[in-house]
Amino acid sequence: MADLSVNFAGIRAPNPFWLASAPPTNSGAQIHRAFEHGWGGAVWKTIGAPVLNISNRYGGLSIAGQRLLAINNVELISDRPLDVNLREIAEIKRLWPDRAVIVSAMVDASPEAWREIVMQIEDTGADGIELNYGCPQGMSERGMGAAVGQVPEMCELNTHWVTSITRLPVIVKLTPNVTRITEPAHAAIAGGANALSLINTINSVMSVDLDTLQITPNIGGRGTHGGYAGPAVKPIALNMLTELLTDTQVLKSGVPVCGMGGIVTWKDAAEFLLLGAGAVQVCTAAMHYGYRIVEDMIDGLGNWMDDKGFATIADVSGRALPQVSTFGELDLGYQAVARIDPDKCIQCNLCYVACNDTAHQCIDLVAGNGARVNPGYDVRVNGKAVADTRPIPVVREPDCVGCALCANVCPVDGCITMVSVPSTQQNICWDALTAQRPEIATSWDAMMAYRAEQGIEIH
Amino acid sequence: MTDHSLVDDALSARNLLPSTPFPSDPRFAPTYPPLSAHEATVEANRCLYCYDAPCIQACPTHIDIPTFIRKIATDNLRGSARTILEANFLGGTCARVCPVEELCEGACVLNAQEKPIAIGRLQRHAVDHAQERGLQLFQPAAPTGRRVAVVGSGPAGISVSAELAKLGHSVTLLEKRELGGGLSTYGIIVLREPVEVSLREVEAVRALGVDVQTGYELTDQAGLNALLADHDAVFLGLGLGAVPAMGIPGEEHLLDGLTYIEHSKLHPELLPQAQQVVVIGAGNTAIDAATIARRRGADVTMLYRRTEAEMTAYRHEYEFALSEGIGYRFLTQPVRVLSEGGRVTGVECVKMVLGVPDPGGRPTPRPLPGSEFTVPCDAVIKAIGQEKPSLAIALGLDVAGGYIVVNETMQTNLPRVYAGGDCVRLRGSASTVMAVQDGKYAAAAIHRQLSGMFSSESLETAHG
Repeated sequence: MADLSVNFAGIRAPNPFWLASAPPTNSGAQIHRAFEHGWGGAVWKTIGAPVLNISNRYGGLSIAGQRLLAINNVELISDRPLDVNLREIAEIKRLWPDRAVIVSAMVDASPEAWREIVMQIEDTGADGIELNYGCPQGMSERGMGAAVGQVPEMCELNTHWVTSITRLPVIVKLTPNVTRITEPAHAAIAGGANALSLINTINSVMSVDLDTLQITPNIGGRGTHGGYAGPAVKPIALNMLTELLTDTQVLKSGVPVCGMGGIVTWKDAAEFLLLGAGAVQVCTAAMHYGYRIVEDMIDGLGNWMDDKGFATIADVSGRALPQVSTFGELDLGYQAVARIDPDKCIQCNLCYVACNDTAHQCIDLVAGNGARVNPGYDVRVNGKAVADTRPIPVVREPDCVGCALCANVCPVDGCITMVSVPSTQQNICWDALTAQRPEIATSWDAMMAYRAEQGIEIH
Repeated sequence: MTDHSLVDDALSARNLLPSTPFPSDPRFAPTYPPLSAHEATVEANRCLYCYDAPCIQACPTHIDIPTFIRKIATDNLRGSARTILEANFLGGTCARVCPVEELCEGACVLNAQEKPIAIGRLQRHAVDHAQERGLQLFQPAAPTGRRVAVVGSGPAGISVSAELAKLGHSVTLLEKRELGGGLSTYGIIVLREPVEVSLREVEAVRALGVDVQTGYELTDQAGLNALLADHDAVFLGLGLGAVPAMGIPGEEHLLDGLTYIEHSKLHPELLPQAQQVVVIGAGNTAIDAATIARRRGADVTMLYRRTEAEMTAYRHEYEFALSEGIGYRFLTQPVRVLSEGGRVTGVECVKMVLGVPDPGGRPTPRPLPGSEFTVPCDAVIKAIGQEKPSLAIALGLDVAGGYIVVNETMQTNLPRVYAGGDCVRLRGSASTVMAVQDGKYAAAAIHRQLSGMFSSESLETAHG
C-alpha cells in the first residue's frame, strides 16, 4: 500500500488527514479519541484571549432533504482556560509522539501578547503553531482573526512577531473573506511564515426561518453573520488553493499549503492534494459523522494511490497544477459537442428543456419514425405503454456550441458525454490572437471578419 | 381551517361515518401506511422533474405529476394538492385505488434504471394534507343560473359535479344509497381506502355548493323526464349492477362479492364466520373479496375456469393475493353448491380444458367430462363481473353490449342527457380514474351546451 506519511514544513504525520482547529479539537480527551481512530494530526482549537460563547451557535444548510451540506457558526475560540488547554496539549503530544499536534492561537495584536503565548505553546512540546487570521465573526470585532487576515500589513507584522521568536514551524491560516487571496499570503510569507493553510470560514447568513421569521441560528431573538464551512464551500477552497499554488511569489517562497474547506471523503482530499496541498484539514465532516470517517479517508486514498501508481503523497501533490491556465491561454479552436447515448437515455427530457430554454436550442425530440416532434401528447392515449413511444432527444451537432449544460443536467451516468470533435477553426488562444491582431479585441467589425474567415457561425 | 377534526365532525354530525369505525383491527389497516413527512420529502426529491413527463400522459386524468411532486419537495403541500385536484377531483381516492403500476408509475422513466417514483403514495400525502385540514382549494364561479342533475355519486358523478360547480352551475347530486361516494364508499376494501376518504370527497363537492341528496333512486323514464323538466342537463353515473347469477344448483348460497366487500366496510357483523372460503372468479374484485376473507382468518381458494394467463386481475394484484396466502385452482368451473341443513359444505366443480380462442382472443374453456370433484368449504363468494345497467333501457337510452352508448363528449342519444363512468365503456377498462375523466369530459360538454357554445375545439390541451 502507498505511503501516506507526510512531512509538512517539518511537521511529520503518518497520514495527511488532520483535524482542523474547531470544536472537534476542543480538548485532550477528544483528540485522544480522534487519534485512536487514526487521524494523522490535529490543530488544537484556537487558544488565546478569554471569551464567552453563546447559545446557539450553528446554522445548517439542507438541500433536497440532504442535511448539513454546509454549516455556519458563531462559535468563538476555545472557552476553556489557557492553562487547562496547555496542560492537555502537552499530555497529548507525550501520548502520541508520531502524530502532528499543532496549536492554533489568536491574541491581541501586540508583540508581548504573541511572545507570551508562543513561549507557552513551545513548552507543550507541540509540533507547530497555526496563526488564526481567519475567524470572521466574534473575534474580528475585537481586532483579531479576520481583522488581521484581511489587512496584509497586520498579517505580516503579526506573523513576524511570532516567527522571530519561535523555533516551531508557523502556519498562517488565511481568511477567504478577501478579494485577492494572494495578498495576505504574500504578507504572511514576508512575515516569515513556514506554511499557509486555507480556507477559514466564509462570511454568511445561513437562513431565515419561514415560520418564526427569525434568522438562524436564533440567539435570543437576534442573529448575526457566521463562518460558512462544509461540502458546499469546496469549490471556493479549491480555487483559492489553486490561486496560491500558481502564484509566482508563493511558488518562489516554497512554503507548503495545507488545504481545507469542504473535505468529506478521500476523494475530496485527493483533489486538494492534486492541486498542490501538502496535507489537508477536516472539520465539518467530522462534526457531521464523528471521527470514524477517517478510516475510509485513509483506506480510500491509499487504494486510489495504489490504483494510480502513486507511492507517496509527494507523488500526488500538485499533479493537476500544470493544467491550470488563464482564460486567455485556452484554445479557441477546441471544439466539443454533446453526444447522447440512446441506449442509456431514459427520456426524462431534462437535456431538451435545459438546452431549449436556457442554452442554444440544439436538441431535438425525435420520434421512433425519425420525425422531429414537439413536446406534448395525445390526451386520448394513456397507460404505461406511453413510455415506450416517447421521442428521444438528439443533439443537432452542427448547432451545438459544446456548453455542456445538457451533460450536467442528465441524471444518467455516462449518457451524455462531451466529445472532442475535429475543428476547422484555428488552434490559437485569445492572448496570442489579440497579440497578432489587436483590432479583434476592440472592433466588432474585425471580430466579425475573423469569424467569417474561420467559418465561425454563432447560432 | 386547519383543524383536523373539522371534516370528521361535519361527517359525524350528518351521521355519515359508521358508528363503529371499522375496522380498528390491525389486520385491516391500509396496505400502505401514509408516508411520513421525511419519507415524502426524500421520495419527492428522487423525482427527476422530467420535462413533458410520460407519467402525465399515462394518467388518464393527466395530472401534472412532476409539478405536484416538485411542490411536495418544496414543502408547498397545499399547492401540490391543488395541482392534483384541479386535474382530478378524486385525487384522494385515485391515490389509493389507481393501478399505478399500469399507469403513472408504469411510465416513470426511472423504471429503466431503478424503481419508479411512488407517485400514488406521494399523491395521497398531498391530498390527505388538504383534506384532513378541510382546506377549501376551489371556489365556485359566479352563478350561471343553469341547473344540472347528476344521478349517482360515485367517482364519475362527483367529478362531473365538481367541475360544473366550479364553473358556476347549480348542481344537484342524487344518490340512491344512504351514503354518498358510490363505489369508493361501498366497493373498495378498507385495505385500500377507508370510508372517511370517500366521504370527504363527497363533503368537498358539497363545499363547492353542490346539493347532495341521498335516498333518491331513478327507476324509470318518468323520473328522468322529471329531472329534465327541472334541469338544463342530466348526467347519469349509474355504475354497474350486482354480480350476475351463475345459474347453478345451490345458487341461493352464493354470497355476492360486492355485498361482501360492502359489509366488510360498513357492517362487518353481517359477514359470515367462515373457516374455508371459496371465491369464484379471478378479477380484481375477486381478489379484494378473497383478501378480506383471508385477513378474517379463513383459508381461501379462488376458482377460475381459465388459466393464470387469462386472468383479468392485474399481475401485481395476483402476486399480492399469493403473498397473502390465497390459493388458486385454475381450469376449474363450479357446477353446484353443496349444503347440509342450510349450511354450505362445499362446491362441486368440473375440470376445464382450453379450446379455440374467442373473438376477444381468449381461449374458450370447456368442461372435461367425468372430471367432477369437490372443494370443501363453508362459504362461497362469487365475483365474476357485474351486471350491465338494465335501467338504461328503461330510460330509453341506446345501449351496446349492455353499456350506455355515448359520443366523444359523453352525450347519450337523448339530448341534454350525458353519461359516464362504469355504465359506459368509451375508453377501455373500467376504473375510478377513467370515471373521473369521463366526468371531466362530460362537464366540459355540458358547460359548452349550457353556454350556448358548440365549439369543436379539443376538450383539453396537452401539456408542454
